[in-house]
Amino acid sequence: MTEFFAMGGYAAYVGTAYGAAVVVLAGLVVATLARRRSSRRNLEALEQLRGRGRRA
Amino acid sequence: MHRFANPARFLRLSAALRPWALGVALLTLVAGLWLALFDSPPDYQQGETVRIMYIHVPSAWMAMMVYATMAVASAVGLVWKHPVAELYTKAAAPLGAGFTALCLLSGSLWGQPMWGTWWVWDARLTSVLILFFIYLGYIVLVSAFDDPQRGLKAGAVLTLVGALNLPIIKFSVDWWNTLHQPASVVRMDGPSLDPAMLWPLLLMAVAFTALFAWLVLLRTETEIAERRIRALRLATAIAARRDEVPGLEQPVA
Repeated sequence: MTEFFAMGGYAAYVGTAYGAAVVVLAGLVVATLARRRSSRRNLEALEQLRGRGRRA
Repeated sequence: MHRFANPARFLRLSAALRPWALGVALLTLVAGLWLALFDSPPDYQQGETVRIMYIHVPSAWMAMMVYATMAVASAVGLVWKHPVAELYTKAAAPLGAGFTALCLLSGSLWGQPMWGTWWVWDARLTSVLILFFIYLGYIVLVSAFDDPQRGLKAGAVLTLVGALNLPIIKFSVDWWNTLHQPASVVRMDGPSLDPAMLWPLLLMAVAFTALFAWLVLLRTETEIAERRIRALRLATAIAARRDEVPGLEQPVA
């Protein structure tokens, strides 16, 4: 286990590379899901508004 | 091709494909990370730093592949006025930029211990940096117009011109002297990589590709929703003032 975390003395480089991958990929996932949620909410609200306008 | 021009059809197809893309991404990511970090040997020259390869090489492939799909979609959008194609390009660009940033970052973190430098201005590194700037330029350009349709069109032209950079990246290691090694997986005489390293590399490449597919489907769906939101807002705004202008037609949202 200690050997694994030492990474032959290169732990800082290997760890930072994998950390950067997690940050970049998770960031893309979070941004994608957040924008999708807000856009869905907007669309639903607008379609409801439109539906009400038609009935009136 | 025109079968997918209809957003409704695309949305159905996308909803059906998305769970598969996510499933493949998660499975291959777990298996790939396990092999990459725990179950593959250190390199006889590079030691443990070779594990950076399993991040660096797949993200480099994605950086180029995403751009290639954007270039094809841009051509389809410009030639056939395909409405989903240009939205796909917009949806894919930030993902491509992310993979390119990851490629540059991980490359730098590999270069420092192995080459003794974070960065050199050689052909391979510089052309990938240019690719990153093209992605950023596309993102800025597309959102710089009041009329989103004009932005998408300008972006499509930029994407096609920028595609000239792809062969330069690919062959830069053969055409110019560089610190960067030439291809060791995609080559005429087959991969020159040991299977113990090839497997985690391929699994991570599949994981990145499937993750991209999942994200780009979600993002294209969102772009379609955003387009519909704009149309509905316009229709609602006009409907609200219809009484003021006799004879004004109700637009079709």
